[in-house]
Amino acid sequence: MKIVNYLIMIIFSALMIYASLSLPDRGDAYAVLNKEKSLAETQNAASYYIHNAKKDAETENMVTVVLADYRGYDTLGEETVILTAGLICFLLLRIEKNKNGKKRR
Amino acid sequence: MERREDNPIVSLVSRTVSPFIMLFALYVIFHGHYSPGGGFQGGTMLAAAFILIRLSLGMETSQLQFKSSWATPLGSAGVLIYFGTGLVALLFGGNFLDYGFIPFYATVAENRSIGILCIEIGVAIAVMAIMVSIYDDLLRGSPDD
Repeated sequence: MKIVNYLIMIIFSALMIYASLSLPDRGDAYAVLNKEKSLAETQNAASYYIHNAKKDAETENMVTVVLADYRGYDTLGEETVILTAGLICFLLLRIEKNKNGKKRR
Repeated sequence: MERREDNPIVSLVSRTVSPFIMLFALYVIFHGHYSPGGGFQGGTMLAAAFILIRLSLGMETSQLQFKSSWATPLGSAGVLIYFGTGLVALLFGGNFLDYGFIPFYATVAENRSIGILCIEIGVAIAVMAIMVSIYDDLLRGSPDD
């Protein structure tokens, strides 16, 4: 059974490495994602952000505008995830002592 | 738990360094519009300042600075600040989280800038409180406490 596991892992990693070979280079200006227009001849999101971030939100840092303004829902979700993690730790780990000095969960 | 002795060097250094960490954390939060940084990073650093005091001075003394029971309400308050900012925009006729509609009495672009600042503060409060809360939970959950 172990051999099967290893075999699946090797095949999967080989597949991933093979797929990663055909990814565009970093900063490649001619890659589809980095072009002004997408394949459907509409404006790419990234180029919209670069052109309009300062104009839309009067904020120099483009990353902040994307994080908090254009992708506000996403950040709200992230914050909720953090709160949930904290509450789960609260529920699982917190042990209070009652009057008799006994621990209870 | 074994009672550890107070080391004057550790307590003095941590008490000196902690306010500067807080100051830098506030800088990271409020300067996020112009430089790398923002609510998540600044909140984590703020939490690091509190946790440093907790590590060096012990649980009982550090309760004077930041009570464990404040952590969960503060975390929820941070999320509520974020959510409330979005909701105010909704009430004034925009979409949810469309800060341009919040009446800060500036241009639409500046309104959005101020709205971003509001939610960064909310994120920072929530992250800070939750980090401290997780630290407290882990410490209090130890069996020989």
